[in-house]
Amino acid sequence: MKFLRPFFLVAFASTALAADPIKVGEYASLTGKEASFGQSSHKGLVLAFEEINAAGGVLGQPFELLTEDNQTKPGESATAAKKLIARDKVIALLGEVSSGRSLEAAPIAQANKIPMIAPAATNPKVTQTGSYIFRVCFIDPFQGTVMAKFAKDDLHAKRVAILSSVSNAYSVGLAKYFRETFVASGGEVVAEKNFSEGDKDFRAQLTAVKAENAEAVFVPSYYTEAALIVRQARDLGITVPFFGGDGWEAPQLLEIGGAALDGCYYSTHFSPQNQAPVVQEFVKKFKARWNDETPDAFGALGYDSAYVLADAIKRAGTTEGPKLRAALAATRNFAGVTGITTIDANRDASKPAAILAIKDGKLSFYKTVAP
Amino acid sequence: MVNFFSLVTEFLQQLLNGLSLGAIYALIALGYTMVYGVLRFINFAHSDVFMVGAFIGYYFGKIVPVGTLWGGLLVLAGAMLGCALLGMLIERLVYRSLRPAPTLNVLITAIGVSLLLEYSGQLVFGAAPRTFPAIFPSANFHLGELTISSNQLFVIGVSIILMVFLQFVVFRTKIGTAMRAVSLNPKAAQLVGVNIDIVISFTFALGSALAGAGGILYALNYPSIDPLMGVMPGLKAFVAAILGGIGNIPGAALGGLLLGTVETFVGGSQWSTYKDAIAFAVLIVILLFRPAGLLGKFTVEKV
Repeated sequence: MKFLRPFFLVAFASTALAADPIKVGEYASLTGKEASFGQSSHKGLVLAFEEINAAGGVLGQPFELLTEDNQTKPGESATAAKKLIARDKVIALLGEVSSGRSLEAAPIAQANKIPMIAPAATNPKVTQTGSYIFRVCFIDPFQGTVMAKFAKDDLHAKRVAILSSVSNAYSVGLAKYFRETFVASGGEVVAEKNFSEGDKDFRAQLTAVKAENAEAVFVPSYYTEAALIVRQARDLGITVPFFGGDGWEAPQLLEIGGAALDGCYYSTHFSPQNQAPVVQEFVKKFKARWNDETPDAFGALGYDSAYVLADAIKRAGTTEGPKLRAALAATRNFAGVTGITTIDANRDASKPAAILAIKDGKLSFYKTVAP
Repeated sequence: MVNFFSLVTEFLQQLLNGLSLGAIYALIALGYTMVYGVLRFINFAHSDVFMVGAFIGYYFGKIVPVGTLWGGLLVLAGAMLGCALLGMLIERLVYRSLRPAPTLNVLITAIGVSLLLEYSGQLVFGAAPRTFPAIFPSANFHLGELTISSNQLFVIGVSIILMVFLQFVVFRTKIGTAMRAVSLNPKAAQLVGVNIDIVISFTFALGSALAGAGGILYALNYPSIDPLMGVMPGLKAFVAAILGGIGNIPGAALGGLLLGTVETFVGGSQWSTYKDAIAFAVLIVILLFRPAGLLGKFTVEKV
């Protein structure tokens, strides 16, 4: 948010050494329909950079985070990326959680030879844009496989319906990867229905799904639609479990969905209930910094992406585009709060997925699936 | 085998879903059609009055105890009243002074008011969606395999009551007769002593109150509200009003129900990706064969 900018400059000024700050640009959906994603990842980034600066920065210089809000509007991420690169001369771009909006900014970062790290965009196309685009999370072919296996082994469902958003790159991709793995392992997709981003009424699609007697329904969408879908499904008398991907991760999911979501599951990158010391340490720091708010996957990934960038700058010894890019591509076994990050040849990371269950209106950790 | 019985059940369920969606489109369409009938222009800000109604219900619903019938009705009445006042305010401040101007000017101004409401809403309410409270007691009824939610029944019931009430006002009261007179010939109506300003204000108040009710009913069924929520339903209701014959009240109701039902059936079929496209394509096809809409006539039409 714009009002945080002066706060940053004050915070950095008090801890900074008398050196030029390293400017890093962030574009995120801080307001609008997917505000939860942007605000989460932003908080993780801010926490990380504050810690790094308090420890003396990198190469003797503090970080300065410049944030642009794309308001969850299509097209705005490209504008934000252009602004940050051309006007603010950032040395790296951090964003986004949404694959669709990452795909808008990626070509601009690539054309300008500015490395971009997407904290949580999972569609493979994002890093396929070019050699300067990286991510620190798993990709949808893996997530689709995880949920297909989950449906088969844990939900014991052989007949599954899919309800996906046709105007959302993430949703289309994840539905496709899920379908491929699920069918290949002997399952049957009994119905596949679509809707558009921003739709509120899904009763038509759900009634058709109900008629097919699916044993479970996969909804690879973002949280607002997912919550409304499950609510309306329960209203229509559909009692089978619904499950989805990391797009479900937001407090608004439970707010809007309420009791309807009991017995549902979704995959994500991180669980605050993970008892590993590094995770619990991060949860404590995040809560202390952000008004006792528990971090979600996007906060954790934002945090890790900032540290991965700092680590790459240290190894490169410079913030120059091509050298920084090479250092990022050489990231191996970086230990973060979302697991061990190793950037592969496609500039993706191979990370475990956490499956969360919803019971009594609360999220609970179900299991981890290693790649 | 996918037997006949389950097909019939699915058909009936979709019909019910379509009627409940269509009833909301009908309520909003009535506002468009009434204002057109009396003033011969499309009030593009109507869909945003619908949005304001939902937000009034959101804030009002916090004061009223959750899930009681009288509380819900109070919220509904409050939203309708608030929207009626808003509609009259917009008419008084913006449209009245533009009455002598060409219709195009008023139309563009209406678009401006619509954008003003939407973006002010984003400033005041914030762009993130909010959860609408469950202001009415909620229950699901089962008729064999059919499931009807009490909210859906409520939408259909309230819409019918409001439409009947509207017909009563327009055809059985003095002010309604005055509205019909103004829609036929404003100058002649003035000559026989009809106060045009009052009639127009009343038309806006009535249309906006219906939009407010539509906002509450929509938010009841789709509890995620945001300042841009009026755009799509408003567009569809506008299409429904044209479909039924713009300026014709039963036409607006018919158009709304038809559009809602078509959209629902397509949404439940294998072409669900194209449901919006097909709903609008239906409009084009019907206008090709009946250019004045289903119940419309090209001659000056009564409200």
